[in-house]
Amino acid sequence: MSIWEYANPVKFIRTTDKVLPWIAGLAAVALVIGLGWGFFFTPDDYRQGSTVKIIYIHVPSAFLAINAWLMMLVASLIWIVRRHHVSALAARAAAPVGAVMTLIALITGAIWGQPMWGTWWEWDPRLTSFLILFLFYLGYMALWEAIENDDTAADLTSILCLVGSVFALLSRYAVNFWNQGLHQGSSVMRAGAATGDTTERVSNVFAVPLFISIAGFALLFIALVFLRTQTEIRARRMRALLARERQA
Amino acid sequence: MMPELGKYAGTVLSAYGASIVLLVVLVAASWRRARKVKAALAKVENPDG
Repeated sequence: MSIWEYANPVKFIRTTDKVLPWIAGLAAVALVIGLGWGFFFTPDDYRQGSTVKIIYIHVPSAFLAINAWLMMLVASLIWIVRRHHVSALAARAAAPVGAVMTLIALITGAIWGQPMWGTWWEWDPRLTSFLILFLFYLGYMALWEAIENDDTAADLTSILCLVGSVFALLSRYAVNFWNQGLHQGSSVMRAGAATGDTTERVSNVFAVPLFISIAGFALLFIALVFLRTQTEIRARRMRALLARERQA
Repeated sequence: MMPELGKYAGTVLSAYGASIVLLVVLVAASWRRARKVKAALAKVENPDG
């Protein structure tokens, strides 16, 4: 069985219909456990106090903000190379989800930043690249809406997606590139016992619920992309049928 | 049941509140549009049914 079988819209809908309730259910369970554990049962941080609980929303949403765009990049490349409509529609379906994740990361970052940094916003490399990424999401969605022909829209949005990928990567690595600004570098991937370095890494007390929360956000993203891709496939078919009707 | 959030209670609760509202709106809008489009397509494919 080849992965390209799922480029068939009927096959895609049939398969995702079967797995969607399971993924959505797992997402709900992981989110309730991850966020519930993080909010109710983790201690305050010795420096950040109870604001550390924002990490269970801020980090997963930021992770998804970047990775949703990378998923759109892969789908766009598949469209450009192989012209599979399902991949273009999957990229379109993922954009609003990625935009909301970016918005959540920006809002929770600002709310967290105010008491910790003394400011809601700073033109820091990571914050700025995240804001630009959010604007790219809005531009991407607007471009899809603005062009009537689906194939032309898929072509142009794919190009926009390639350009925006620079900012998606920049928002991940901005801190490393410039090594300045208020936002700290990544400490999450240094969590746990895998590394011997204990400085500036997230303690396991916070890391375990955080990873469960990240899994919950990722599963929610997959469930929403499946549901929204099904919707885009059906909407495209409806437009085609109505156009055929008009011509007849 | 509610954890002691101290002087940052407003900060933490507003971050959670705003995020949960956005996620609920996203899920509800996706679900609503999915049902609407599915019904509309069924009507176009089978106008007599």
